[in-house]
Amino acid sequence: MGRYLLKRLRHGVIVILGVTVLVFVVTRLVGDPVKVMLPLEATLEQRAAFERQLGLDRPIPVQFIDFVVDVAHLDFGDSLWQHRPAMEIVFEKLPLTVELAIFGIGMAFLLSIPLGIIAALRPGGLVDRGTVFFSLIGFSIPQFWLGLLLIVIFAVKLHWLPTSGVATPVHIILPAITMGLPTLARLVMMVRSSMIDELNQQYVKTGHAKGIPYYRVVGVHAMRNAALPVVTLVGWELIRALAGYSVVVETVFAWPGIGLTAIQAIEREDLILLQAIVFTVGIMVVLINIFMDVIYTIVDPRLKLQ
Amino acid sequence: MAEATNIEEMLGGRWLDWLQGVRNLAQELWRDKAGFIGMVLIGALIFMALAAPLIAPHDPTAQDLRARLRPPAWDQRGTWNHVLGTDHLGRDVLSRVIYGSRVSLMVGTGVVLIAGSFGVVMGLLAGYRGGRTDSYVMRWIDTQVAFPGLLLALIILAVIGPSMTTVIIVLSLNGWMVYGRITRGAVLSVRQKPYVEAAEILGCKGKRVIFRHILPNLTSPLLTLAILEFARIVLAEAALSFLGLGIQPPATSWGLDVATGKDYLFRAWWLVTMPGIAIALTVLAVNLVASWMRLISDPQEREKQFARQMAARRRQSRQLVPSEERNR
Repeated sequence: MGRYLLKRLRHGVIVILGVTVLVFVVTRLVGDPVKVMLPLEATLEQRAAFERQLGLDRPIPVQFIDFVVDVAHLDFGDSLWQHRPAMEIVFEKLPLTVELAIFGIGMAFLLSIPLGIIAALRPGGLVDRGTVFFSLIGFSIPQFWLGLLLIVIFAVKLHWLPTSGVATPVHIILPAITMGLPTLARLVMMVRSSMIDELNQQYVKTGHAKGIPYYRVVGVHAMRNAALPVVTLVGWELIRALAGYSVVVETVFAWPGIGLTAIQAIEREDLILLQAIVFTVGIMVVLINIFMDVIYTIVDPRLKLQ
Repeated sequence: MAEATNIEEMLGGRWLDWLQGVRNLAQELWRDKAGFIGMVLIGALIFMALAAPLIAPHDPTAQDLRARLRPPAWDQRGTWNHVLGTDHLGRDVLSRVIYGSRVSLMVGTGVVLIAGSFGVVMGLLAGYRGGRTDSYVMRWIDTQVAFPGLLLALIILAVIGPSMTTVIIVLSLNGWMVYGRITRGAVLSVRQKPYVEAAEILGCKGKRVIFRHILPNLTSPLLTLAILEFARIVLAEAALSFLGLGIQPPATSWGLDVATGKDYLFRAWWLVTMPGIAIALTVLAVNLVASWMRLISDPQEREKQFARQMAARRRQSRQLVPSEERNR
């Protein structure tokens, strides 16, 4: 167990290093940060001063070592847009994104298990076919469009919920639904298919034959074995919610989290803030991956033996 | 002369075989109604993209400021001149939807081709060579999978600047790992099969073994994967364009049109609705076809289907027998 975790931790460090190199290469070598961040009419002196300020006039290897040291200190410099440390902005926005992701994905996870199991009990039945149909629609709808539809229906037409912003706790309902619905569709399909596989196994028949109550055979014996792929997928969805969906959903609902900030940073050509966001989310993703590995060993004790 | 007829016969025979194969496949498709509908929708989409200049009633970029924000034809204030209405610049929504299909298909096909061929080659290499090549490739894939692609995509798009080419490059960079993993797994499972060993014993070079003997046997899982990826890419392109990081105006894209329609959400619902429906229908159709393909290419599923058909036939014949007896 300890050795396994250590191996995963090492892999996480490699990922972060890989990201560091990639971001460095993309921002310093592929593109010209000065050109991206300064206005077109800037004079040559201004450009040179800006390059000195960012340390871009030094040799590349020196720049790289400096960059790695800065990253290790989580010090990316001041945001060009808000003129304060980029990490300060990130830490201010991050809780909102985490809140949204946990609400949305958590809701999807809690709903997907009963729905998937009910569908799997009678494969090909009416409930099952209905579930599959709605899941298919659920992950075919573009997420940003789903959000806009919900705004039109629940905010504009029915006046039940607010359109956007974070003023009251009610504001989280529509963004969380938008965040969670495609995930719910994918999770339901996963719960359903792995439950169907498990319910066809011999040990389920044995369980029924021994007279174990029905709900125990399905809900404990089969469910525990079906949980492994579901856990994998939940981890994935959480990562994608933090690092992908958040950008889209927060833009639609003007939810001032890290995703919206990333888009604003791009619009204002603030590479420093964008770098800070990418690294923070990257570290969080690596941590979630490690956390998921720990959960794996709990769900599937066979892994402990390896 | 004799040779010529021989060749003709051979070609004709092959062509007939091929036709028979297509007919069988079409029959299978007809049996799966959902897959059939999906295929018809995809056919319509491809036709729409290819024949866009012929079927679009207006130029998608032509502005008509006197006819701004016209609702669709079935609305009281709508006209049949603009069937799906017009946007804030008086551009025809139907024409924009028709032309938008080109972007989705181009980006989807481009990314699937680029990411697919790179991923498959890497997977073949890793699976066939094994050893150090395998561990390097797999570590690369693991590292890239562990990190969310969208964030790197954002940085790349911010530095290079958005365009259709950048979108294709960025999505390909993020999408090749799945193909690599699946190909490697499949290669490992056929690596020790007798026909591969036979080819090696006969002296086939590595390249020939990989491309002549191994790759053709991976066709059906890879094809299903490519179709599923296509659906994902269409959604990703739409999302990037919606965020303003994908296709740039004056070009048309469904995601871009939803983004412009967003500002008129309260006054003109059709601006957001129409391109959104186009995206959803495309992705749905592709998903339906993919699930049909998975069913017909999986031997276990085929067996189940066969059993179901036999049961249905037996039930029918059982019903027939008593009625015949009654007639006597």
